[in-house]
Amino acid sequence: MEILPDRQKQVRQTGANPGQDSAAPIACDKHSAAGSVSQRACVFCGSRVVLYPIADALHLVHGPIGCAAYTWDIRGALSSGPQLHRNSFSTDLREMDVIYGGEKKLYHALIELIDAHQPEAAFVYSTCIVGVIGDDVAAVCKKVTAEKGIPVLPVASEGFKGTKKDGYRAACEAVYRLVGTGSTEDVGPHSINILGDFNLAGETWIIRDYYKRMGIDVVACITGDARIADIRRAHGAKLNLVQCSGSMTALGKKMEADYGIPQKRVSYFGIEDMAAALYEAARFFPDDPTILERAEDLVREEVEAITPQLREYRRRLEGRKAAIYVGGAFKAFSLVRALKLLGMQTAVVGSQTGGPEDYVKLQEICDPGTIVVDDSNPLELAQFCLEADVDLFIGGVKERPIAYKLGIAFCDHNHERKEPLAGFVGMLNFAREVCNSVNSPVWQFAPRKRRKAVPAQHQEIAV
Amino acid sequence: MYAALGIHRCMPHSHGSQGCCSYHRSHLTRHHKEPAMATTSSFTEGASVFGGLSNMTQALKNIFSIYEPDIVAVHTTCLSEVIGDDIPMMIKKSQEDGTIPPGKHVIHTNTPSFTGSHVTGFANMVRSTLRYLAENTGTPRDQLNILPGYVDPADMREIKRLAGLMGVNAVVLPDTSNVLDTAQTGTYEMYPKGGATVDQIRSTGDSIATLALGHFASLPAATELENKCNVPSVPLDLPFGLGPTDAFIDALRQYGAADVPEQIEEERGRLVDLMGDLHQYFFEKRVAVCGDPDHVIALVQFLVELDMKPAYVFTGTPGQHFERRIAEILKDHAPNAIIKQNADMFELHQLMKREPVDLLIGNTYGKYIARAENVPLVRFGFPILDRAGHRCFPAAGYMGAMRLVEKMSDALLDKKDRECDEEWFELVQ
Repeated sequence: MEILPDRQKQVRQTGANPGQDSAAPIACDKHSAAGSVSQRACVFCGSRVVLYPIADALHLVHGPIGCAAYTWDIRGALSSGPQLHRNSFSTDLREMDVIYGGEKKLYHALIELIDAHQPEAAFVYSTCIVGVIGDDVAAVCKKVTAEKGIPVLPVASEGFKGTKKDGYRAACEAVYRLVGTGSTEDVGPHSINILGDFNLAGETWIIRDYYKRMGIDVVACITGDARIADIRRAHGAKLNLVQCSGSMTALGKKMEADYGIPQKRVSYFGIEDMAAALYEAARFFPDDPTILERAEDLVREEVEAITPQLREYRRRLEGRKAAIYVGGAFKAFSLVRALKLLGMQTAVVGSQTGGPEDYVKLQEICDPGTIVVDDSNPLELAQFCLEADVDLFIGGVKERPIAYKLGIAFCDHNHERKEPLAGFVGMLNFAREVCNSVNSPVWQFAPRKRRKAVPAQHQEIAV
Repeated sequence: MYAALGIHRCMPHSHGSQGCCSYHRSHLTRHHKEPAMATTSSFTEGASVFGGLSNMTQALKNIFSIYEPDIVAVHTTCLSEVIGDDIPMMIKKSQEDGTIPPGKHVIHTNTPSFTGSHVTGFANMVRSTLRYLAENTGTPRDQLNILPGYVDPADMREIKRLAGLMGVNAVVLPDTSNVLDTAQTGTYEMYPKGGATVDQIRSTGDSIATLALGHFASLPAATELENKCNVPSVPLDLPFGLGPTDAFIDALRQYGAADVPEQIEEERGRLVDLMGDLHQYFFEKRVAVCGDPDHVIALVQFLVELDMKPAYVFTGTPGQHFERRIAEILKDHAPNAIIKQNADMFELHQLMKREPVDLLIGNTYGKYIARAENVPLVRFGFPILDRAGHRCFPAAGYMGAMRLVEKMSDALLDKKDRECDEEWFELVQ
């Protein structure tokens, strides 16, 4: 197919040039070509989605109403307590504010909102125009911190300042200002932080429960169902388990440098990766071998519980093909593996924000012939799907209608998942969703499929 | 962006950071459950210092070489507005240096988020489209321009159906039917078959008149065309409910020199019949309405026709016209109604806590209030992110009004059936 010339280095087919895959890495980590229908968003988006799940904080978007309106309750990050985070408060900057500056408005908004909602902390997100008109957001935050006695944290998330990944970094910096400000007295010796899980559809709860059953304390989940008080004492944990390759690595690195807390990359998606994540934590505490024992018991129990049903789903999915287009590459690894477990082959795989090593690894774990792509667009994705004749698309909100238009099954692995996909039970949910969508009778009515089916019918008649 | 999608083979282009484009597309996709295409200038720090000219040039090059639209409709963002990018200059330059291929078009409008609302952006885009493209050739055409306003593809489809039944040739701009409500074919079309073509838009300058449906979304464009090409502008409300649909049909009759066919008479008759059948469930019902101003202005008239009592009438879009118009509609019927423009739903919620209503009509964001106050919600307007009906069935026209009546009575009766004491639970309503 035709690909924007600027983008050719961002698309690769595994096995197309044997031996070349890692020698000439896929081009990534770069800004989208101007004029492409990119599926990516901006720095602000990156910061907003990462901090969004912190439930007892006030999230104030300093900017025009649009930036707040489009991030109002869109994440599906559940909270077991306060629901304040679902609101996207806005300073609603207008023309006059752009001319005269928005600092006063920001100050008054913060005071009013803090009085009304009594949050444990406030995050103030800078948007594009704030970066251009030059409001001193940090100064206002400092002032309100002093007056109200809660941390008011500026997030340097001006939309144009890079890619979504830079937004993750800005979010980590903001969160990091909280770490180390609480007491770690009651933090036990076998304690961890869960970084980079956002409690979509309640996933953090599942993971937390697994660690608890192993005898490991979870000090803070950052940021799934997070509370400010937990983040403040997160430095007391002995280990950081980091999921979601892009978003929380920066925080993990900082905590490693300043507090000596090692970090390990994990994934809670799929049986193998989930089990590996539990063992990783267990092995980190060799002083108490019962932790590992409990982990093994837990894995055995959980896997046994889901295996019969998984086998049935696998039977119905064997040999089907999938396309994956997700935000982070780490998620893509897990998906490729999980699909393999279900007997499915990944024919197309891509991400918005993967790094060079990620793509090398992706090319390694996929079968030959798989198309690997960075920062794709709808036209490309649709074409890849048709060429590879996939049966399933895994992606987010913008990909769903494209898949459906093509008459292809879909699974949302983003904000709009309706059931938890993490953990062992999540694997079962994933299998159920994929199986039912792939085998749904509705796709057979797509004219494209019917056209293909017609010759087969003729053959049957001929025979 | 939504307005631009109603132009055939048009690529909306967002001149700013990537996020703006991404958010707008996601939002439209959530409402329409359809792919929404648009490109972005992908601003960086450099662009925001040195201006977005090179981004724009690069973008136009890429768009025309790969996506091959007939027309690119540029809308600005906060960022490009504040740094002062001169879009007409950029377009002119791109025309001169051949970046824009011959026969292709680039138009633009100014849509910073800090001025007005999404309705403002829509109105600006429609107006700019006519400003750029409409021509008066001096040879009148036997056709009417219909500016349908910020309504759903199903509504535009219904508006076209009514005009068709009347035998009126109509150019509908924008027309997102068959763009954002396409049939499933198993293939993906970047430019579906719907939308007003560039030729059609150009010809609006020779039309008999422009029916501007909606003061906020359509009238600015109709006025522009009147000034530019001397095509008379006919200000109307959105054709929601009985009265505004009557006015629309009457305008088609008058300016299109057409007779009202029996089929439309019958549709109207069935609506009136339904209103009579169900009127006992509606009278004295207190209603809170919030939404886009044109929608609310039309709907409130319908509520009055049904003898309901609008108690709170809100819009987030700024504009004094809204308050004046609603006050006039309600002056005899519900003089104590609280009417607010440029308002937010928090305030509406506080009022509803103080003095409750029987029914809330608004977009999906009303569901928080509906749940908190246990008030039935009828979803109406934009955006609807959690239900499907608006994608298939119009709210416009007599048929659409029947659907509104059904939805309102269902909402009221479902609540009663769910909550009333056993002895009042009735089989027949």
